[in-house]
Amino acid sequence: MPEQTGTEATRTIPKLPATPGQTIGPFFEYALPYAKDGELVPQARPGALRLHGTVYDGQGDPIPDALLEIWQADEDGTIVQEPGSLVRDGYTFTGWGRESVDNTGSYTFTTLNPGATKPGSAPFIAVVVFARGLLNKLHTRVYLPEDTAALAQDPVLSALPEDRRDTLIATRESSGDLLWDIRLQGPGETVFLSFAEA
Amino acid sequence: MADETFDDSHVVVSSEAAADSQASLSAEIEAVHRSYQDGLAGGAAQETQPRIDFAPYRSSVLRHPTKDLHHADPETIELWSPAFGHRDVHELESDLTIQHNGEPLGERLEVRGRVLDGDGHPVRGQLVEIWQANSAGRYIHKRDQHPAPIDPNFTGAGRCITGADGSYEFTTIKPGPYPWKNHYNAWRPAHIHFSIFGTDFTQRMITQMYFPGDPLFALDPIYQSITDQKARDLLVARYDHDITTHEWATGYNWDIVLSGSNRTWMEDEDAE
Repeated sequence: MPEQTGTEATRTIPKLPATPGQTIGPFFEYALPYAKDGELVPQARPGALRLHGTVYDGQGDPIPDALLEIWQADEDGTIVQEPGSLVRDGYTFTGWGRESVDNTGSYTFTTLNPGATKPGSAPFIAVVVFARGLLNKLHTRVYLPEDTAALAQDPVLSALPEDRRDTLIATRESSGDLLWDIRLQGPGETVFLSFAEA
Repeated sequence: MADETFDDSHVVVSSEAAADSQASLSAEIEAVHRSYQDGLAGGAAQETQPRIDFAPYRSSVLRHPTKDLHHADPETIELWSPAFGHRDVHELESDLTIQHNGEPLGERLEVRGRVLDGDGHPVRGQLVEIWQANSAGRYIHKRDQHPAPIDPNFTGAGRCITGADGSYEFTTIKPGPYPWKNHYNAWRPAHIHFSIFGTDFTQRMITQMYFPGDPLFALDPIYQSITDQKARDLLVARYDHDITTHEWATGYNWDIVLSGSNRTWMEDEDAE
């Protein structure tokens, strides 16, 4: 694990104006996806699980042209700094993956349960969402459902009303897989995050 | 297949929306911009990013959150980015003109710039991906049915890893403008899509680079979803004759600034 030089307390004030984002548009499919992009680990690896769900719009219709990326610690809570995400060798866990949804708005990552990155903290996977019709990226998190004490103390979750908090917590299926839907708008709208800039 | 039609690739919310003229669409854009200017005059903060709730871009209507983004302090994994390197990306992937047997048609160009964080520090060793239409304004994507020619010598996707000074460079051809179904006679200004990683995952971004002086700027609801002119200008590359090469390619410069890093800059990272 690399030395953790970043802490929540050390902020810097931006001096240069940030370049604006723009929508990913409809035509990314031939450019951004690649072989095994959503397979952070091979399906046969012990501990491998499926993180899956559907992306919905404000009318409850699935969105067929969204792209998701996940970024997570390994099972021990270690933040990995290994290259190789774009040419997966099947052995190196890089912690990052990409998946474009299919025609029914569904996505599937094959990954591991992230460990807690700090003792007693609630394990989560960082997620970024892009879609045609979405003018800028959206950040969110998906938490593992098990450690209810840690979830109750999590600074992001505990600041949310209960009905909204649940949009960030995956459902554990009997298979061990994680089910987590994303709703861009409307009833059950997923909580999306903006990050402080000092 | 129904989902491979041009119509389906640019979904509009209603048949009335498809019939909107450019004039009425432009009036909608102007109304939003005027209200932003009024807000500025009243002391509201300057905007630096596109509105995600921007009805003139019709397909945004059902695809933007209606609740405020939840303000969070980035933690642990969010303060890091995945690592990429030359194991991931071959050097030749930054040249989009050599991916086939022949030369692609169009104006050959070099796009060069740096990826910086909000403090001006270079983002080094990170992944930059681009994709674009060909010189006729056609994407290789199967859902693009714009009746302009496909170029058998041009795919339009490239990657590179930034250098020690945050620099990136692509060789490509100038993309053409193309029509879409947002409203009647809608055309996108020529652009190259950019996907960029920073030092923190919170800086992850996807955007579009435009070319100076494009006559379609004022008409385009995607570009105009950025209400602030200074912010919009940041997406326009600068023609740079020092990048232009003799009897070979025209040159453009475009720097990308990511949102402020929350990590501490390490002294040794400043060393070249």
